[in-house]
Amino acid sequence: MTERSADQMYVIIAGAGKVGWNLARELIAKDREVTLIESDHRRFRVVAEELEHCVQYGDATELWVLERAGIQRADLVIAVTGDDEDNILICQVAKEKYGCGRIVARVNNPRNLAHFKTLGVQPAVSATDLILRLIEHEVPEYGLIQLLALEEEHLEIIELEVGEGSEVADRRVSEVILPEGSLIISILREGHGFVPRADSVIRAGDQVLMILDPGLESSITPRFAPSGSEISAGR
Amino acid sequence: MFILIVGAGRVGSAVAKRALDAGHEVSVLDADPLSHERLDKDQMVSWEDAGGRFTVGAALEVDGLIEAGIERADVFLAATSGDNTNLVIAQLAQRRFKVPRVVVRVADPARAAWYAEQGLHTICPTQHAIDEAERVVLAR
Repeated sequence: MTERSADQMYVIIAGAGKVGWNLARELIAKDREVTLIESDHRRFRVVAEELEHCVQYGDATELWVLERAGIQRADLVIAVTGDDEDNILICQVAKEKYGCGRIVARVNNPRNLAHFKTLGVQPAVSATDLILRLIEHEVPEYGLIQLLALEEEHLEIIELEVGEGSEVADRRVSEVILPEGSLIISILREGHGFVPRADSVIRAGDQVLMILDPGLESSITPRFAPSGSEISAGR
Repeated sequence: MFILIVGAGRVGSAVAKRALDAGHEVSVLDADPLSHERLDKDQMVSWEDAGGRFTVGAALEVDGLIEAGIERADVFLAATSGDNTNLVIAQLAQRRFKVPRVVVRVADPARAAWYAEQGLHTICPTQHAIDEAERVVLAR
């Protein structure tokens, strides 16, 4: 055992699939202390050839396996097995039984996302969802991209493109009327971002970052839609 | 009472048949259509003719649980072959669907004990086997 400094972060990762293995590699490269847990013995042997003592063999849903890995002193537990039930329970136990402050769970089937929330396992990351968001990022007609949802805090950050001739185009930030609970935090123009002042003028083609209470998107997007578009016509 | 049982294995199907005999309304959900045979075995009439319900569906799929009647269940028994599945669906029954009585089979004694402390009614067959074996083996 090597001596570790008090401020070093200890991370336990359950599941040595592609995601778990690569995560472990990256974190070890960043000098984090990592234990990876894998329940398939053949997979374990393959991964152990590279990661050696940083990987342990066992079923991470079993309490003794987590305890053997030192869950009591873990700062972060990441559950990325191929089973959503396992990921939910590993994180639930880490948080509620062992008081681990930070957890991250992988959602394999997006239809199970609600189960993670119901059982208090947050944040839950779904690769399918992330890819969908990237697709939306590539499809400008969508207009709105959700960059970050802070579930616990009931806030989200979105990115909107200012349409040609839209309600907000060529207006000062102070003149833009937005619903209560929303705020413009940044403007991206020609690849550069800045924090706008009250007298900064929003131009067509700008990307506007906003922070808002979830549910306000539908009342905000029409103001950014190009004139004559379906959204503004239907308003 | 309306009793929903998820998992028609040896335990689930036996409890289902007894509950139906006792005059309760019983609905069974299992991912494997063949599991239905356990409900018909050694019975005079088929499960459905006797008044039972059977739904084919994965335990974690909400649509299947709703079709099987979870929203009006008085009792929920999680008895699939997987501890992890049982613990997740039992907590969903409790927290999301507010089923008044939730019972869950957990083979792992350590987690059965911890989840019992968290307010789930757990049944641990392994613990029963350990206790019984200890009693018999150590008998004088």
